[in-house]
Amino acid sequence: MSTIQSVAGQTEQHPDVALVERVRAGDLSAYDTLVRKYERQVFRIAQHITQNREDAEDVMQDAFLKAYEKLDQFQGNSKFYTWLVRIAVNESLMRLRKRRTGRMVSIDENIETDEGSVPRDFADWAPNPEQNYTQSQLADILKKTIQGLPQGFRVVFVLRDVDGLSTEETAEALGLSVPAVKSRLLRARLQLRERLSRHFKNRTPAASQPDAAPSGNGVDA
Amino acid sequence: MTCTEFLQILDNVIDESIAAETRAEIEAHLRKCGHCEVVLDTTRKTIEIYRCHEIYELPTEVSERLHTAIMDKCRKAAR
Ligand SMILES: [Zn+2]
Repeated sequence: MSTIQSVAGQTEQHPDVALVERVRAGDLSAYDTLVRKYERQVFRIAQHITQNREDAEDVMQDAFLKAYEKLDQFQGNSKFYTWLVRIAVNESLMRLRKRRTGRMVSIDENIETDEGSVPRDFADWAPNPEQNYTQSQLADILKKTIQGLPQGFRVVFVLRDVDGLSTEETAEALGLSVPAVKSRLLRARLQLRERLSRHFKNRTPAASQPDAAPSGNGVDA
Repeated sequence: MTCTEFLQILDNVIDESIAAETRAEIEAHLRKCGHCEVVLDTTRKTIEIYRCHEIYELPTEVSERLHTAIMDKCRKAAR
């Protein structure tokens, strides 16, 4: 694990630091607290990378066990969560590699595309476009749309925009440079926007939405 | 400011990390450019929608099962 100097000045101690200290001193209940705090996020990231529920469940377990076993190697100059995400990302990629034997899988996969880096759809959206769909229809649209993104964009978007990590933390968690995170984030945001526009733009919603799967880029297994 | 220049700093606009002097330029561009205004609004909306809707729910019984399994494994690994 590379040790990256903390960018922001550490003025206040993050609450996880005390928990990690307790775990190191042998207090397993402190680890229980950390697992509870982050299990949903770890599961979400694993699911976004592996796109498979069973794999995501396995990754979640493996990542927390590995983090526990390697806790001595955790340096206090990054956040525990960032360090944990890095483990979860690596475990997810390993899992993918196992599934697609013979193919290298990395976070750089499939990003050689300029698709969607220039906006084309300038129609404004309906005021509350989500409300034109049932919860399950909406979930389906959101899922298909994000699954259509190259993996390297998808993960950056999830960590940065859904999870709320900073650009620097996202870079650290993924082993990417800050400029790489920035360029992927912009393209991820624009591509998602473009694809969601098909469903959300301001018009009377069609009775049934056509399956707007973009050509190429099909990541679904 | 051109549309291309605006797009280049779109992320900074969304993340609100914009220098005060650039802000006036951005506002001026948005007042006359409906396209960039839509792109900004709908990109913000995109982020918000993904933030507010968990697409990979972890039902409580599953999370309990996984949680128990994790803690069991850690207990075994503990020296
Ligand atoms: Zn413009």
